Amino acid sequence: MAHHLLRHRDIPDLHKIEVYREHGGYEGLRKALTEMTPQDVIGVVRSSGLRGRGGAGFPTGVKWSFIPKGPGDKYVVINTDESETGTFKDRELSERNPHQVIEGAIIAAYAIGAKTIYNYFRGEFMDAAYAMEEALREAYDAGFLGENILGTDFSCDFYCHYGAGAYICGEETALINSLQGELGQPWSKPPFPAVEGLYRKPTVVNNTETLANVPLILVNGAEWYTSMGTEKSPGMKIVCMSGHVEHPGNYEVEMGVTYRELIEMAGGVRGGKKFKALLPSGGSGPVITESALDAPLTYEGLTPHGSVMGSASVIVMDESTDMVWAALKMLHFFKHESCGKCTPCREGTFWMEKLLHRIYEGHGTPQDVQTLENVANQIGGRTLCALGDFAINPVLATIKHFPEEYRAKVQGASNGQVKKAAAKTAVPS
Amino acid sequence: MIAEKYSKEIEGILARFPTKKSAVLPLMHLAQHEYGYMSEEAKREVAEILGLDPTHVLSLAGFYSLYYEEPVGKYVLEICNDLACALRGADEFVEMASRKLGIPVDGTTEDGLFTLKTVMCLGACDRAPMLQCNLRFEENLDEEKFDQLLARLRQETDEPSVVEKIVSYANRE
Repeated sequence: MAHHLLRHRDIPDLHKIEVYREHGGYEGLRKALTEMTPQDVIGVVRSSGLRGRGGAGFPTGVKWSFIPKGPGDKYVVINTDESETGTFKDRELSERNPHQVIEGAIIAAYAIGAKTIYNYFRGEFMDAAYAMEEALREAYDAGFLGENILGTDFSCDFYCHYGAGAYICGEETALINSLQGELGQPWSKPPFPAVEGLYRKPTVVNNTETLANVPLILVNGAEWYTSMGTEKSPGMKIVCMSGHVEHPGNYEVEMGVTYRELIEMAGGVRGGKKFKALLPSGGSGPVITESALDAPLTYEGLTPHGSVMGSASVIVMDESTDMVWAALKMLHFFKHESCGKCTPCREGTFWMEKLLHRIYEGHGTPQDVQTLENVANQIGGRTLCALGDFAINPVLATIKHFPEEYRAKVQGASNGQVKKAAAKTAVPS
Repeated sequence: MIAEKYSKEIEGILARFPTKKSAVLPLMHLAQHEYGYMSEEAKREVAEILGLDPTHVLSLAGFYSLYYEEPVGKYVLEICNDLACALRGADEFVEMASRKLGIPVDGTTEDGLFTLKTVMCLGACDRAPMLQCNLRFEENLDEEKFDQLLARLRQETDEPSVVEKIVSYANRE
């Protein structure tokens, strides 16, 4: 299909404002500001059925409608803290099609009555940030930002803000704390950011990809948008394909394609090997196997298979992959990224990694696998944010789908212990 | 003193936020750029400029992984060996890099030029193995390209860092 979000792949130099405008850029903003009320804008986005592309899938128009009407400071915050393992879509958008993100954010600001936009960039994305800053300068020069945009009484400023390496800052309340100069730790909701967010003012936090959809919806209408994808998951999605595929990279697809088709799109499993499993949502979504490959890429598609679409960061693993090793890699990530606020997550991931490491090294016992599950179940649902729930997925799902691999590791260990014990007795005392 | 050297940039950064405290991460980036790591001096200066307790800056330096609490080499080579990259050979790449540089992970070469680190996902999984060198991405690497990178870095003279480029935007009218 033609690209809508990754349009830069079809249009050279789309990151330059003159090229972007030649291809309909900033038309959505013009339409919103000169022909529509903020309520109209929220209405169209709501009817389009656009849902949060960061992974949570909350309807964007509904999120915007929660912002109280009337005077007072409000903020739009763009979440470009893309840190989920296997996710690299917002980076490409920011680097290659930055104006579409900027335009979407200004429209969002108009819709909720915000005068300031902050783009929270992960500090590692400096190259992409540089492209975004260039685009911002162009947008200011062209009068799409600053005072009296397009001659209307709407004024808005846009600043990029650079994080400093913390996965947790992708969680909206942690992101807000970080932007306020605090540790990036989430708070217990309520209050929700729509009521009390940045500087305790009503705040909308939207993912970068989500906002890149908005100009298109304004120009082409909600019906155009809902004509793509499925009823509950309309529109298109950027899918990040990585791991054991021939051609890793971002793929823009209509919602509803199957995971099998996605793997084919990425050139199939690398080296003609057999498919074993995939992580549909980076490290955070439970692993799925062959039996789930015909499920559609939608927010609901993987529910029957006990998993989620999330940010659509698909990590493919071939038959040679040791699933205990893969689980350990993911668990190590979550242990490292746990912000330390909630005890179950902070302590639980620490001990789980120790246990899993022991199992992986061949020193574990069957009891260790049970303990691992037990600890995991004490983390799930007992933390302020979803990181705790994410952290246990790689472990619980691999135990569920590949119990034999865990068994082989711990049985090997028992055999080893028997041998060691035998050797001990053989040593003359 | 970053307060003097970057007074214009700092003013630009502060103007972006209704509170001074929000400027702490950008100022820490600037201080680290100046001092190479979050030295006592760097932390104290940031705290003074923003009127913060130095222990707050200390805790941020510990929390966020991009700030170095110990001195590092002129070039910090941070290789991602998270799952997606590891499936494409990142662990073997780390071993190779460590052997080539003659240092373990988290070590610095004797000439003070290179520090080797492993890091969590950098959002470039489609171009693994990859690394970040002073915030610049080097992608689709293999042994040959790694050698070329080291050779280039050994010759490189002081070109403006990405941080400097970004900070210059704080002066935007």
